[in-house]
Amino acid sequence: MSIFHCLILSALLFTVGAVGVIVKKNIIAVFLCIELMLNGVNLSFVTFSKYLHQVNGQVFVFFVMVVAAAEAAVGLAIALNLHRNRKTLSVDDADLMKW
Amino acid sequence: METSLFYLFGAIALIAAINVVWQRRVFYAALSLIVCLSTLAGIYMLLDAPFIAAVQIIVYAGAIMVLFLFVIMLLDPFSRAVHVDKRRFLAFFAWILGATALLLLYPLLRSYDPAKAPQEVLLPAAALGSVTHFAETLFKDYLLPFEVTSLLILVAIIGAVVLAKRQT
Repeated sequence: MSIFHCLILSALLFTVGAVGVIVKKNIIAVFLCIELMLNGVNLSFVTFSKYLHQVNGQVFVFFVMVVAAAEAAVGLAIALNLHRNRKTLSVDDADLMKW
Repeated sequence: METSLFYLFGAIALIAAINVVWQRRVFYAALSLIVCLSTLAGIYMLLDAPFIAAVQIIVYAGAIMVLFLFVIMLLDPFSRAVHVDKRRFLAFFAWILGATALLLLYPLLRSYDPAKAPQEVLLPAAALGSVTHFAETLFKDYLLPFEVTSLLILVAIIGAVVLAKRQT
């Protein structure tokens, strides 16, 4: 298990999450894919923390988790509001600010 | 032993991550994401970060995903995709885009050499995994960001309550 294996795994997770953000139509599925991307980044932080012998990377992961929690709370509240006002969860139907 | 465990956890995490994108039903995608996050916690244990692994299980796979499942159950459990997209071939291009990004990332990651990194702040492996050292760094070097984080959470709570409140 070298640093390269962990970095490739984190890149794979990030890429799969990014593809999901583009592909998915359901707003909650898009949120799930964003969480996937954040976890890919977290894995690379922890990897560098181990192989550079510094604890700073783990502290950054801690902050990323806090921001992810805040983002999930606000984002899901927005999804609830969208469902309540427009009776849809599709990101294509939420086009009020598009034109 | 460590390498085989890494491959096992990594394979499960990757398959679960692809299933998150592949799955049409949001509920099953969320359950698959929980599997992915839990196996990532195992990888964090292998990388000498037991505190992060515990927080990953408790906060990520526990609290945040329960919030997601709660909202999914509240809105439309077991619904298929909201509507059939007429331009589904665009998804094919998204996968090509992802593969291209990986191809571009691969030589970048390959070229990284840990031996050339600055070596002056070396820690023994025992100190790297210890919660004591983690807490000292968090509460000494990163005290101000930590306090700002509490403000961020307060703002998020207020925002979520205001957004989710039923307008009269």
